[in-house]
Amino acid sequence: MALLDVKDLRVSFDTPDGEVHAVNGMTLSLDRGESLAIVGESGSGKTQLAFAILGLLARNGHATGSVRFDGTEILNLPEPKLNKIRANEISMIFQDPMTSLNPFMRVGDQMAEVLMLHHGTSKSKALSESAQMLDAVRIPDARSRLRMYPHEFSGGMRQRIMVAMSLLCRPKLLIADEPTTALDVTVQNQIMQLMADIQRDFDTALILITHDLAIVAGACARTLVMYGGQVMEMGRTDDLFEAPSHPYTLGLLKAVPRLDVPQETLETIPGDPPDLTQLPDGCPFSPRCPLAFEPCADRMPALEPFGEGRFRACHANREDLE
Amino acid sequence: MLVFILKRLLVAIPVLLILIVGTFILMYTAPGSPFATDRGIPPAVLANLEAQYGLDQPFAVQIWRYIVGIVTEFDFGPSFIYRDQDVNDLIGQGFPVTLTYGFWSFVVAVIVGGALGILAAVKHNTWLDYLAVGISIGAQVLPNFVLAPILVLVFTLWLGWLPGGGWQGGQIEYIILPVIALSTSFMASIARISRASMLEVLTSNFIRTARAKGLPMRRVIFRHALKPALLPVISYLGPAFVGMITGSVVIDIYFSTGGIGQFFVASALNRDYGVMMGITVLLGTLTILFNLLVDILYAWIDPKIRY
Repeated sequence: MALLDVKDLRVSFDTPDGEVHAVNGMTLSLDRGESLAIVGESGSGKTQLAFAILGLLARNGHATGSVRFDGTEILNLPEPKLNKIRANEISMIFQDPMTSLNPFMRVGDQMAEVLMLHHGTSKSKALSESAQMLDAVRIPDARSRLRMYPHEFSGGMRQRIMVAMSLLCRPKLLIADEPTTALDVTVQNQIMQLMADIQRDFDTALILITHDLAIVAGACARTLVMYGGQVMEMGRTDDLFEAPSHPYTLGLLKAVPRLDVPQETLETIPGDPPDLTQLPDGCPFSPRCPLAFEPCADRMPALEPFGEGRFRACHANREDLE
Repeated sequence: MLVFILKRLLVAIPVLLILIVGTFILMYTAPGSPFATDRGIPPAVLANLEAQYGLDQPFAVQIWRYIVGIVTEFDFGPSFIYRDQDVNDLIGQGFPVTLTYGFWSFVVAVIVGGALGILAAVKHNTWLDYLAVGISIGAQVLPNFVLAPILVLVFTLWLGWLPGGGWQGGQIEYIILPVIALSTSFMASIARISRASMLEVLTSNFIRTARAKGLPMRRVIFRHALKPALLPVISYLGPAFVGMITGSVVIDIYFSTGGIGQFFVASALNRDYGVMMGITVLLGTLTILFNLLVDILYAWIDPKIRY
């Protein structure tokens, strides 16, 4: 049985400009200890997908469909039941480490309260476990750092603290929403290395949400490409990078700047991400797709399996992608 | 921190000196005299009176004597109207009264206003929110000099529950109406400020983190959101304090509570230079101390602020 099973998940928001459809029928599954990258441009619905799983959507948002975790339906559970799962079974790390920690509380108190809440640990024991965890994410002199406030740490350090905090209860699933976007490149590598180590050592399943393909390559076994709140294609990361089966993936890969080939201009995908208030009937990528032909604008292609564990949703022939 | 407090107290000395000199100049140049009456006083008597109170001296001498009196003997001089009482006596009489209802007004405004604002923010866009906003807007537009007579009309004349004035050594039934009249508009302001700041805090990233930890909403609000949401309220306490002092003038007049506000107004009308100066210095000192207190409170709440 899969650890996480998402079926036909839809998330929309009521706004003054109309209903915004952020996620439109997402289906994915994840096994224990497995790592999955979810890739897409800003506005492709990656973050809202994660928020919907944990019930953290904004007040004007609602989700339909099914999210089964460990065999139990958790979508739209009442808050008290969700609170038993949050941080305990499913943890989340957020995009901006500079603002994700409470600036008015000592780091140790923020960490300890997780254990005190979910495991009923005493404060002193929770603090020493927090110190051990800070040690595990390679924060030197962890014990004395517990008494410090977030503003006394750098961005990379804060993200380490967030990672440590998210792991305190040994969750079965860790969702990392662009954990390195706000950090500079060298720190990005350290954090990604840390996430990979942690995932191995703690046997945690990982969903890594990112728009940065360079990060995905080393970090996750499987990759899912998302656009307009839908799955474009999915498969083993290596296969997907080697032979993308969707024009959007191809566009994303081409847009990664390369150091080994002289480049005059940076490749881009022409056009803008879709207007989520008025999605086309067909494939959301069709207005920007170089291969779009007659059925694309009218009918969304089904997500179909091919090859070894790969899926794609595209009307175009795979051969045309060469 | 200690150095900061000492520094601030040292800075207070020149500020108070400027306050004294400024007020002195204003009084000196204002027309009128404490001894002016309808019948008129014979010039010889007036000259004697002025000599008695030192008003015949040059300006610089008068102000020098006044400051020396305060510094050496803590003597704020005589009242020019109440012949048998000096300024220290009058302030000693009136200040405890003002302090009592002022303190309770402050407590009520902060607690009721804060609770109302936070409740409204937490129950954003529900009937509770609309009710709280309605109450605070209503309370805001009602100045204390309008509210005071309404309160007397309702609670004293119609219902007969509470006395419409007097103090009686500060018995509880004499305190209630002045406190309501004085605190209402500040309560409303605090409600609006705390609602707005709580709404902002609740959408911040670290609140999302707290929720993702599985903390129940109550804990999220009290443990994570309350402190940051209170910071703007604390900034407002300084101006609120000054506003309450001004408001106490109205309270003293409507409820005959006998606080310093009453003496303050009377002294200005009667040209009772001594009392006016004394109360001005007292309020100036209190304002300085209160702002210092607000700064200390700020540092206590926000770990990023260290002096």
